[in-house]
Amino acid sequence: MFILIVGCGRVGSSVARAMLREGHTVSALDEDPESHARLEVGLEKSWEDLGGQFTVGAGLEAEALEAAGIDHADVFIASTDGDNTNIVISQIAKRRYDVPTVIARVLDPLRAEWYARQGLQTVCPTRVAIDMLETAVRDSAGRQDG
Amino acid sequence: MYIIVVGAGKVGWNLARELLEKDHEVTLIENDRRRYMTVEQELEHNVSYGDASELWVLERAGIQRADMVIAVTGDDEDNMLICQVAREKYLVDQIIARVNNPRNRQHFDLLGIKPSVSATDLILRLLEHEVPEYGLVHLLDLQEEQLEIIEMLLGKDSGVTGRRVGDLHMPEGSLLISVLRAGKGFVPTADTVLEEGDEVLAVLDPGKEDDLKALFGPDGDGGIASG
Repeated sequence: MFILIVGCGRVGSSVARAMLREGHTVSALDEDPESHARLEVGLEKSWEDLGGQFTVGAGLEAEALEAAGIDHADVFIASTDGDNTNIVISQIAKRRYDVPTVIARVLDPLRAEWYARQGLQTVCPTRVAIDMLETAVRDSAGRQDG
Repeated sequence: MYIIVVGAGKVGWNLARELLEKDHEVTLIENDRRRYMTVEQELEHNVSYGDASELWVLERAGIQRADMVIAVTGDDEDNMLICQVAREKYLVDQIIARVNNPRNRQHFDLLGIKPSVSATDLILRLLEHEVPEYGLVHLLDLQEEQLEIIEMLLGKDSGVTGRRVGDLHMPEGSLLISVLRAGKGFVPTADTVLEEGDEVLAVLDPGKEDDLKALFGPDGDGGIASG
């Protein structure tokens, strides 16, 4: 599969490496040229030598998306540090480029939920943290009561 | 009408003030604390502090009963998404979005955010009109209808001056609709002979500008077939 990841922070770069290791074709797009280094953390060879692609550009720019190969992407992951950017570019990937699988990271739980109901696949780290914290507190309370 | 304006920059602040003077009910939302404090001194309870891309901020401002939402922040993504949730989640009848970077207009269109207003585009249009160095001025784009109307000034060296309109080989998908001569406009017939200084108006399919420019410009042959 061809996987395009926009936003190469801690999340994006880790997912990119994992997918490359699993044998997929991975293209990463980020505004910051320095984020290329983050892709190579823990790799024995360079990102390109391992078959990865890296493009510098903004996710909102059609030229950058096209240079990164959005036209033939099977999976599009929006994992920049901005919710608004992720929501907008995911919709662009879906509507304009017909990417079959589009996943957006959205930190705001309310919007993650609403856009999910509109048919956009969202991953909400905040929701995950809330659930885990609540569970941890309940477990601890349960132990102390018991 | 109840109108929510997002972004208390120069545009938003002045807009809110004008709307209040016209007796509309207005809430202006601003997410920069210092800017909010400044604007609040004048607009008082009509301004609200918060990030309007968060749903609860919009709900606190009463978006459920808003008749119109106008997003004029300096961030195109914010403007797009605020208008998108206003219309699709809260069923607000009318939305208006500001486009900061004209290159983002395609994204507003893709998300169905209409109308969108771009100051840069407006100034560019004005510039084209005042300084017609391109030889051709866009008067109107009918995007939905896929038509545009343009104006061209026939210079001394234009290839079509002295020619009958009926002899011009107008590109397919274009039509001469009017001629302005000495301050007066008229609809040309096939027998109208074009003169230097005429301003001609044409309606055309998008993308035909270059064909028209070639025909009416200095190197245009006027489309006269074999002399």
